[in-house]
Amino acid sequence: MSFTWLGLQGFGGVLAVVQREIVDRKQWMSLSEFAEEWALAQTLPGPNVVNLSVMFGGKHFGPSGAFAALSGLLFFPGLLMLAIVFTFQAFAHLPVVASALHGMGVAAAGMVLAAGWRFMPTLRQHPIGFPLALGFAALSFALAALVHWPLAHVIALVGSLSCGLAWWRLVPKDAA
Amino acid sequence: MTWQLWLDLHLHFCMLSLLAVGGALAIIPEMHRYLVTDLHLMSEIAFSQSVTLSQIAPGPNILLVAVMGWNIGLQSAGGFEAGTAAIGFGLFMALGLLAAVVLPSSLLSYFMVKWLQLHQHARGVRAFKAGMIPLVMGLMLSAGWLLQTASNPQTDWRLLLICGVCMVLVLKTRVHLLWLMLGGAVLGAVLGL
Repeated sequence: MSFTWLGLQGFGGVLAVVQREIVDRKQWMSLSEFAEEWALAQTLPGPNVVNLSVMFGGKHFGPSGAFAALSGLLFFPGLLMLAIVFTFQAFAHLPVVASALHGMGVAAAGMVLAAGWRFMPTLRQHPIGFPLALGFAALSFALAALVHWPLAHVIALVGSLSCGLAWWRLVPKDAA
Repeated sequence: MTWQLWLDLHLHFCMLSLLAVGGALAIIPEMHRYLVTDLHLMSEIAFSQSVTLSQIAPGPNILLVAVMGWNIGLQSAGGFEAGTAAIGFGLFMALGLLAAVVLPSSLLSYFMVKWLQLHQHARGVRAFKAGMIPLVMGLMLSAGWLLQTASNPQTDWRLLLICGVCMVLVLKTRVHLLWLMLGGAVLGAVLGL
């Protein structure tokens, strides 16, 4: 259990770091096992890396392992983050810091946009077809960013349409 | 902050936890709508700063919820000027909202993992996974859009350009994200944006 704790506290938020730590350095699971667990973690709601660590900790050490993995993942990065925020805010009244924060803000926005754009190839191979998939992506963008719909409504509308269509298009494996 | 509001906030983040298909970035638009537009608990600036600063620290993206909790707690207790009481309340809110957004989905993962492993090739599960992809993409793009507008309320073309260049660099090169943040910070400071 303490092993899990130690291994997880060094995590960066990025998938690649997690993978390097668990697969290459600690050799807790093989690459294909990792890919499978990652796919599962992404299917479930909630932060993916958090899901992965809970699943991993729970599988090997039961509830205490899941809890240790979770707190190990969040505690030290959380403290560090609050320290960074604290430092910046203490100087936020200086015009130069405010300008720098504007620059960083739009840089971060660019990264988030890029993370969203990365789904483009997946959309092209989507079971409901590229135009419809793109349409659903555009619709959820418009509802969330421009009309400011609550997320629950966006998911209820676009999610049910999109999942329903995907269900219809995905032929059951035994019938195919 | 009243007890009613405190409870509402935590319940809302519990719900968000279960709606966060696609991870922390996908719930940014909802947090913006709820905290900035509806409840006025945070300003546009505080919101964009929270997301921005959470991007430069290592650790999972979901920690940005802790930063939001910190800002909400600090502001509602009177800001830095109010001293240790406000700082304490900020930390309390950071921990509370982080727990609210992490625990429900973690419990779900913990108990669902076996079922999901058995049924991952079932038609329903595959349809759900595929069907959510366009939605997650739209939500992440709107998160980026909202963050851009929040950091750039006057729509300065130079800030827009930095945003676009960062997006392209992330997609086309393997440059480390911290360098992009540093670049944005230096340009912002030098140009006085």
